[in-house]
Amino acid sequence: MSELSVLPGLSNRSAAARAVIDRVTADLLCGTHRGVIVDSPPGAGKSTLVVELAKRLADTGEPVMVVAQTNEQVDDLVDRLATAHADSGLTIGRLSASGYVPTERVVRHLGGPGAATSCVTVAGKVADLRAPAVTVATAAKWARTADAGWPEGGWRWAILDEAYQMRSDGLLAIAPRFAAGTALFVGDPGQLDPFATIDGERWAGSPWDPTDSAVAVVRAHNPGLPVHRLPYSWRLPPTAAPLVCAAFYPFTPFEAGSAPGERAMKLSAAAATATATATAAAAAADGASGPVDEALDIAAETGWALYELPARHTVRTDAEALESCARIAARLVRREAVVVDPSYADGRTVTAERIAIGAAHRDQVAGIRAALDRHGETVRAVTVDTANRLQGREYDVTIVLHPLSGRRDATAFHLETGRLCVLLSRHRHACVVVARAGISDLLDAHPHTEPVHLGVPVKFPDGWEAHQAVLAHLAAHRVRHAARQAVQQRSARQ
Amino acid sequence: MSTLEALARVEAFEAGHAVPLATVRHAHLAEQPLVFVPLLLAGEAAAPLAGLVGTARDEPRLLVVPQPRDRDQRFVFLARLARSVVDYIEARRGETELVEATRNHEEWERYLDAPQLIVPNAGGIEALRLFGRSARFRSAQGPYPVDPLVPVLGRYLTWFAEDRAPTAGSSVCLALTSVLAEHWATGQSALEDQHLAALLAWIAPDSVAPVTADAQDGGRRLTGAQAALLAEDPLLYPPAGPTTDPEFDGRVLSHLMLAQQEAEPGSNAEHAAAEALQAALLSQLEPTWRLMWLGIDLLRALPAAGHDEHRWMVDRGRFTDFARKIDEGAPPQPRREGAVAAARRLADLEAAQESYDKQRALDDPLVLAAHRVTGEGFAGQVVAVDADRQDTSGRSPKPRPHVWLRTADPVVLRKGTKVACPQRPGQRPIIIDVRREDGEYVVELELVDGMGRRAVPEEGSVPEPGEYRCYSTVLAAERFAPPPLPEFDATPWTHGGPPTPYEPTGADHNEEWH
Repeated sequence: MSELSVLPGLSNRSAAARAVIDRVTADLLCGTHRGVIVDSPPGAGKSTLVVELAKRLADTGEPVMVVAQTNEQVDDLVDRLATAHADSGLTIGRLSASGYVPTERVVRHLGGPGAATSCVTVAGKVADLRAPAVTVATAAKWARTADAGWPEGGWRWAILDEAYQMRSDGLLAIAPRFAAGTALFVGDPGQLDPFATIDGERWAGSPWDPTDSAVAVVRAHNPGLPVHRLPYSWRLPPTAAPLVCAAFYPFTPFEAGSAPGERAMKLSAAAATATATATAAAAAADGASGPVDEALDIAAETGWALYELPARHTVRTDAEALESCARIAARLVRREAVVVDPSYADGRTVTAERIAIGAAHRDQVAGIRAALDRHGETVRAVTVDTANRLQGREYDVTIVLHPLSGRRDATAFHLETGRLCVLLSRHRHACVVVARAGISDLLDAHPHTEPVHLGVPVKFPDGWEAHQAVLAHLAAHRVRHAARQAVQQRSARQ
Repeated sequence: MSTLEALARVEAFEAGHAVPLATVRHAHLAEQPLVFVPLLLAGEAAAPLAGLVGTARDEPRLLVVPQPRDRDQRFVFLARLARSVVDYIEARRGETELVEATRNHEEWERYLDAPQLIVPNAGGIEALRLFGRSARFRSAQGPYPVDPLVPVLGRYLTWFAEDRAPTAGSSVCLALTSVLAEHWATGQSALEDQHLAALLAWIAPDSVAPVTADAQDGGRRLTGAQAALLAEDPLLYPPAGPTTDPEFDGRVLSHLMLAQQEAEPGSNAEHAAAEALQAALLSQLEPTWRLMWLGIDLLRALPAAGHDEHRWMVDRGRFTDFARKIDEGAPPQPRREGAVAAARRLADLEAAQESYDKQRALDDPLVLAAHRVTGEGFAGQVVAVDADRQDTSGRSPKPRPHVWLRTADPVVLRKGTKVACPQRPGQRPIIIDVRREDGEYVVELELVDGMGRRAVPEEGSVPEPGEYRCYSTVLAAERFAPPPLPEFDATPWTHGGPPTPYEPTGADHNEEWH
């Protein structure tokens, strides 16, 4: 067993996580490495690390460039940096494309009446930022930003966030800016790989494959770079971390940051009558919600539930499955679940904002949203999105439409480990998976048929393996849509 | 496979013949394409066995390698192929047109023609790639000299197979089965569609299996499925290359090769054996040759797409560039692209794919319909227009008309999405609101551009009530110029630093797999 099997207390775990930050800082400052890589499992405090490291590197007196992948992520980082370090005088620049309207999270750090801080400057050019200690922008913006002659000789420090989602060619466009300095690559190796709209097979096995991830190409050319790993997932509950770890990170173990029993989720009983305000239509829908309630009860108690529909081959927008996702979300809102966590010990109600529904395809997302609309205003704020867009987000409860539900074939897209990993690692308390029966038969009928290329590292676990591991675990938390009885093999659960 | 294509396949199966997937021809057909059917020897990586090449359907030129395992003979074959291909290419380098200078490019001359190489299938393109790979590093000097045309052929074949063939919208190097399958759906699987004879049997059953039809069925016309079944008989239609029929290899080819090898050099027996080998290989190639021209005729009968001329112009420009590079003595394309070259090519390929997708949707209502099915578009009648609406928040009022369109398509696009329609592709309205009404959808659009520069929209730039329009996100796709990449010699450490430039060495001919 790994060293992690000795369960330290929560404060020890925090200390262990901080020790990683110290070691990363030491590797960056020692000047012997051109880059440092930090792998982070879902919800392991990656953003905290980036915010902390940006400050420590800025303290050397040399400017720091921070690269994120989307404008959302940039604004999040700016907000967190300003909130954490404005008091100690950190100045932050936010490079933006023309037409960018600062979000509320950024505006409150721009100074002026009512602003929380005034440490942030927003501009389209580096020269207009007044030489801040930390400059944040998307990779696309960095790539198109003209060299302003500042900092002289290029950037001494660079932090690349979500580096596993960045494409190699994107890194190539910005790397000359920090080529003389030291770079920190931070990311989650288990999430979705970047993609290209054309077939990249011609480069398969090449160390310069431009469709590969930024971290893959850096490691291929610089095998000696130090790699650190954050050891605890603060997001995933103790019920989820072992499964996510075993299925998606078998060689890089991590554990839940919270101990068993620290988190709890309670559903109000027989809430159907309690919500007298529910419309007649919703009440009618509730009447048939026996298995739905059962699934929610199991999820609240064990962290997982598999809501299984009868086996059938369906089109991608399987109306019954989409409706089930929406109904579970609506029912969850109506039952006013309360979650307890050391950070909010008095409990917090799971409102619609704290619930997400994830699916593989955009048309499924649109279908679920349409189904949700039929359940009234109360569920409007539930997030519905694809795996790609849910990356990096966090909710109390997630409802997942299984990517292989109702399918005839298991394509590489639907088997991709990253997709399933994203969907199953967004929740703090519970996750309900909606699927048609027969997925393991489908997996057995579709062995891996992708061509094998020379020079391409074997990806393990492959999608097949990860899917089987997840299904095996979920089998013990199954509720059948038609049959009212839950199949509960609780003894099989750990 | 798109839902619409799946439907077309079901319809083709029901109807017994292929169903069109396109209303226009999306691939350019040159006046005089060079058709090439290559055959490789089974069990070898890139050993040419035979080929039929030419620009006229009744004058194919047969190239045969008597002993493909003999490496010298392979390069004799490539030298003879070079005569056909390079001569053909040189003949395209006639008249030019003047291209006026732009901000990023000075004035230049573009050839009015470009070569077009058509092979039977994707395997044929792979064979071109292998020939190019084995020929481009060879030299006319040194210990193992080859014909000076061989390295030139190698560079051109590499350009055809690795540069242009994977570029969406380029018609310089085409695989016939791929082009046909893009225009017709058959009642068989996509894998079976890679069989040229079977694919053509679904599209034109009478032309592929006419004689047998009379004999077997008392003159009744064959369905596509029946004709495809006949076409799969390797005696009637041998494989269209580059692989050969294993039965032919074992029962015919091996004996003929052995006979020739064992005959005394210069004897009558050797002469007879060589002739027998040629005849046998011709019998394997000729049926495919006829099918190639049948396929080309079928494609030629389709009207050219609206963007055909534009895409061919791009091809002509790329050809001009490449031919000039060869003239200037540029080194052969590297074995492996370096970081910067690979990133540039990826950007090129992605841009080409996106503009090809967009152009196809603009040119062809059937392609646009497929986007409606996936929810990337919607079509319906304009029910109301507020043409006088203005945005007065700025210094001067700007026209911002609103248009309401009623559609039976389920609209899944989000608010704020930009769309466009074929009638006015340069205008990209924004979806303001989508609401359901009696089981249908009413989409509210705001026009923000494509109305001229004045305070009042230009005549005809705002849709009128009653008009039928199809809006799609694919048509509104906007591509930004790719970000600048470092020069080759400034490749950063993240990508391994600058690549070592290629220096021809005497060891190039020693590569094991040659």
